[in-house]
Order: sequence, then structure tokens, then C-alpha cells
Amino acid sequence: MSTIDVTDQDFQEKVLNSDKPVLVDFWAEWCGPCRMLTPVLEELAVENADKITVAKLNVDDNPQAASTYGITSIPAVMVFKGGEKVATSIGAKPKQVLEAEFAEYLK
Amino acid sequence: MTEAAESTDVVRDVVIIGSGPAGYTAAIYAARANLNPLVVAGSVTAGGELMNTTDVENFPGFPEGIMGPELMSHLEKQATRFGAEVLYEDVVNVDLTTDPKVVTLGNGTEFRSHAVILATGSAYRELGVDGEKRFSGHGVSWCATCDGFFFRDQNIAVVGGGDSAMEEALFLTKFASTVTVIHRRDELRASKTMADRALAHEKINFVWDTEVTGLDGEDKLKSLGLRNLKTGAESTLDVTGLFVAIGSDPRVDLVRDQVELTDKGTIKVEYPSSRTSVPGVFAAGDVTDPTYRQAITAAGSGCVAAQDVEHYLADVKDLAAAAR
Repeated sequence: MSTIDVTDQDFQEKVLNSDKPVLVDFWAEWCGPCRMLTPVLEELAVENADKITVAKLNVDDNPQAASTYGITSIPAVMVFKGGEKVATSIGAKPKQVLEAEFAEYLK
Repeated sequence: MTEAAESTDVVRDVVIIGSGPAGYTAAIYAARANLNPLVVAGSVTAGGELMNTTDVENFPGFPEGIMGPELMSHLEKQATRFGAEVLYEDVVNVDLTTDPKVVTLGNGTEFRSHAVILATGSAYRELGVDGEKRFSGHGVSWCATCDGFFFRDQNIAVVGGGDSAMEEALFLTKFASTVTVIHRRDELRASKTMADRALAHEKINFVWDTEVTGLDGEDKLKSLGLRNLKTGAESTLDVTGLFVAIGSDPRVDLVRDQVELTDKGTIKVEYPSSRTSVPGVFAAGDVTDPTYRQAITAAGSGCVAAQDVEHYLADVKDLAAAAR
């Protein structure tokens, strides 16, 4: 499965209530590094479809979630498990680095 | 373009590591010399430092300026038009001591090549004060164009006195209520145009002769500790954001033990050529340049490197023919 889009409206349902861990990418159109990260996350989504959901949240359109989680830098990638934020990675990073940082949730 | 990823036993003429103005200019020249260059562009760093900027106003040929990412996209297209191959992967290892040289990517693919151009650029310098890591992404940032948005109507600070610091400060005035520039000296290193623009801006104020000594807050940054370097006086400044623009360091980790470096930490080249201490290894752009570090100087040195590679390969082939 590829990445899904989430919004302030369905964040509870799609992220916090999810059975699987959800990796959320907070991004915006005007953020260069966010664009670089997109294909990396697409790959992670496809390769780990049975373990995690990879979701994208546009911070321009959805200020509530970004504010709730205190985001001041994007791209910001957070992992949510059982409704709780369990891991954070800031900045565009190569796939191998993200896999290592989130290894616990990709097993 | 991905079939190249399989051809590990083929010995290429040249592999270019890096895809900023130096890497892509080298690729344009090498491709036009029929050297079939491979550019290992980086997975998330492709395009280099200009990908994080907005208006580039000083690159010749663009009288109205051009957006950094757009300029890099043009350079890439120009390189591929002449046959350069581009891979969005990261180099994790190089062996420059052998011939052919071996370049290994993060996915395990190995490329063998007679010549290598190192154009790995530089990485943002950190302040090295307590709290910097903890508040990274929670108030501390290295990318105004990415993160300025989150500081609407807030008081924020920029550390640094060069062109990039002024550019960040000016960009941030679009969002922030005030931008305080903190600089170690009592004058700016920035170009006069940028300095004048920042000094005249009503939202920007300056704290001179001062360094940041610490960062405070709970989950998010709330204030900075400052020290005046002339008087020793300590103070605090309440800000929710801190943008660090104090320069960058050459990215030499891949080759640190294989090519000679200068005392500034850059790759040593036999200026005005791009030859490093290892035959067949050339370097261009910010990774060789402690002084100028402009897109146009990087592009110029990329052009030099491609021509040096061309001459090197011709000489090697002549020697091989003579030996036969």
C-alpha cells in the first residue's frame, strides 16, 4: 500500500485509533526537504505495508495537528502507536537512516 | 536510468558524487565530452544547499533572480539532456586507493570507475551549546524556508552575520513579529546589499558582539542565554525560535582517510586544477572551498573538474597504449 492522506478531521480515526502503528509525515508544498523525503516514505510504505501505515499530513491545511504535537520544523516524521506518539524524526533523511531510527516499529 | 544500478562489473569513466552546482556542472561538461558520467545525487540531499533557499539573485544569467530549487532542476535537466545518468542514492563508502576506484551505495550497489569527482558540498554547522539537540525541531532550526511558517507573530532570533543569516532574517520577517540577529562581531560579513537590506528592516534588530551560551524551555524553546564577548555581561532573550546560520563545514567523512585535507578541513586540490592528492580523484565546489562558497564558484570548479577528468583519462589511455 502507498501512503494515505490524513487531516485534522480524521486524525483521531486514522492515526490515533489505528490498530497498526502509523508513521505521520508533517509536510508542506513550500518545503524543499519535504519534497525530497516523499519518495523515501513511499518506499517505506510499500515495503512495510503489513507492519505500519504511512500517512501524510499537510500542515498548511491542517494546523491543529501540527500545533498539538508542537511541530516547529518540517519535514517531521512521528510514529503513533496505540494513540500515543512513540517516536520522532526531524528532517529529510535517507531511507536507511529512517529504517534504523524506526527499526522497532518495522520488525 | 536505474539499469545503471545493476552494471557493477562495468568500469565507468567517471562517477560524480554530489549534485549541487559543482556536481551537475561537472556532469554537463563530462556528458558533453562523451564520458557518460554517473551522478550519485543523494537520496534526500539531491540538488544540494540551494534546494533550501528561495530567491537566488546573484547567479549570472537570471536578471530577475531564480528560485534555488528551480535552478537545480534546470542544471539536472541540462546534465541528463547530454546523457548523464542520475541516481538518487547515497554513497556510503569509497575506495579511492585502487584502480578502478570503487563507489558503494547505501543499497549495496558498487560502481567501478577510472575517475571520481568529489562534489559533496558542506553541512550546516551547529552552535554546540546545551539544549541545541533537544530543541532541534522544537524551536531550533537550520532552514528558514521550511520552518518560518511555524513562527507566525512570534519573536525569534537568527545567529550569524553572513549572507545566509541575513537572507534567513529577511525571509523570517514575513512571519515573525520581530527577528533578532545575534552576531559575534560588531559588523556583518554579509554582502553590502544583503546587510543594508537587513539593517534597514523595521522588524529586524541586532545584538552585536554576542554569543549564544544556552537554550531554555520545557518542551519548546522559550529563551536564549547570551553573553557579550566584549564586556562579559550575560543576559537572556525570550524567543520561541532560533535559526542557526553560522556557516557550514565541508562534507569529507567519506574520504577523510584517503585524500589529503587542508588545515581548514576542505579537500586539498592543486589549485587552479581540481586534482586531489590521489591520481584520478578530483574535487569541486564547497568541499574544496573555505572562502568563496557561491553557487557560481562551485559551478566553475565543477567545469574545471570535468575537464581535468577528460585530460586524465586521455593521459592514462596514452600511457596504456605506449606500454603495449
